[in-house]
Amino acid sequence: MKTYYCDAVVVGAGPAGSMAARYCAQGGMDVILLEKKAEIGAPLRCAEGVSKSWLDEVGIKPEPAWIRGDMKGAIIKSTKGTTYQLDESKAGNEVGYVLERHLFDKALARDAAKAGAKIMMRTSCTGVIRENGKIVGIKAKSMGEEIEIRAKVIVAADGYESQVGRWAGMDTTLKLNDIDSCIQYRMCNIDIVPDYCEFIIGSCAPGGYIWIFPKGEGIANVGIGVMGTKCTGKADAKYYLDKWIAQDPRFKDGQILEIMGGFVSTLPGLDETVDDNIVLVGDAARVIDPITGGGICHACRTGMYAGQLLAELNKTGDFSKKALQPYEKRWRDRMEDKLFRNWMAKEKLATLDDDVIDEIIKLIKTAEIKNVTVFNLLKAIKEKYPKVVEGFEDLI
Amino acid sequence: MPRSSCPSTRGAPNKQGEIHMITVNVDKCLHCGGCVGSCPKNAIFLNDFVLEFNEDCIDCGRCVKLCPVGALTKV
Repeated sequence: MKTYYCDAVVVGAGPAGSMAARYCAQGGMDVILLEKKAEIGAPLRCAEGVSKSWLDEVGIKPEPAWIRGDMKGAIIKSTKGTTYQLDESKAGNEVGYVLERHLFDKALARDAAKAGAKIMMRTSCTGVIRENGKIVGIKAKSMGEEIEIRAKVIVAADGYESQVGRWAGMDTTLKLNDIDSCIQYRMCNIDIVPDYCEFIIGSCAPGGYIWIFPKGEGIANVGIGVMGTKCTGKADAKYYLDKWIAQDPRFKDGQILEIMGGFVSTLPGLDETVDDNIVLVGDAARVIDPITGGGICHACRTGMYAGQLLAELNKTGDFSKKALQPYEKRWRDRMEDKLFRNWMAKEKLATLDDDVIDEIIKLIKTAEIKNVTVFNLLKAIKEKYPKVVEGFEDLI
Repeated sequence: MPRSSCPSTRGAPNKQGEIHMITVNVDKCLHCGGCVGSCPKNAIFLNDFVLEFNEDCIDCGRCVKLCPVGALTKV
């Protein structure tokens, strides 16, 4: 069996993995980055909307190649049809880009390669190697060939399906109400507002929402997330999405170009994201915004934090759970309060009926909110409907 | 009832020697891998375009409930 040796092996070349590999390599580590599929960034499992503010923070320069659209604002709509249009002047940093993920992900992997990371395509991790109880590498299948990769530390960036963390003995299981089951269509021939990302909330998408993110003239990613506990029998995510599309006149002539599915964690991160010789990043660490399901910026941040710390630790060679704690602390300090607040908001939102949601959107319309962020929206709601934010009012 | 063409989902015995009964409709499956990450027993694998269950499956039906297109059935 062929054996490779390196300082760090990163499983998964999505945004989290590529960022981790890049910062490990930049710090002088010998890094191998694995990708199970035959193409980085495809098939798509994402609505492709991101905000802009964090790109600079993680050292990503916007490139025209992977920006599909520069959004002017957002539209929030209730199932009953009350609409709130949010313009750039008010949306601040919450407005952003719609990406071409297949190009974005490749650009991040390219940056990792430029920094010195070695990429192995069509290579899937099949297990973790332990010697005397200590993780010393991974088993993998590369282009059909069984191999071993020996490393001082493993970075699990294998996304929602993360098995590497579980093979390493970490509990990554989610409760049903902490999972949203999602389906998305790339639709053409539809009558949508270009440059605005639309979110439809309420009974049309129990415990989640429907999104319409424009991808050019008459084309959009039209998708839905439905809370796991709300999926019953025939009422799966596809059922709810098809039901909405059938009654929304804008989709009358719409045709589907692509169907994609995927799940998203709506938990505010795992309780533990490190163990001896292993770090979990991005979706694998369940670091995702529970209310939007957005995880790209969280993936890039956790990837960078992990990469920077590992490069530092490589000087001493100590990758114990204790030594890895600064990673845990850094991402929690940066993101955990917001994730927790949004998780509470999501839990509450899932309990509200369409009339209340309609009232809330009407309230937002009339309230003078200068800079519309989830935080400021919740603040306005707190004033008028304190019951809605009961239990997490301290975070607002 | 559509049955999976994947051999491992057609009556592979689990650790208790029982035949597990979750089947995949391969004509519906989007290969999104959502069930893989949702399985409490780590018993589902997405190998390219084939969804496979191993003997750790306990027939809990969580994947059936969550599949966005209803491609999984518990019989």
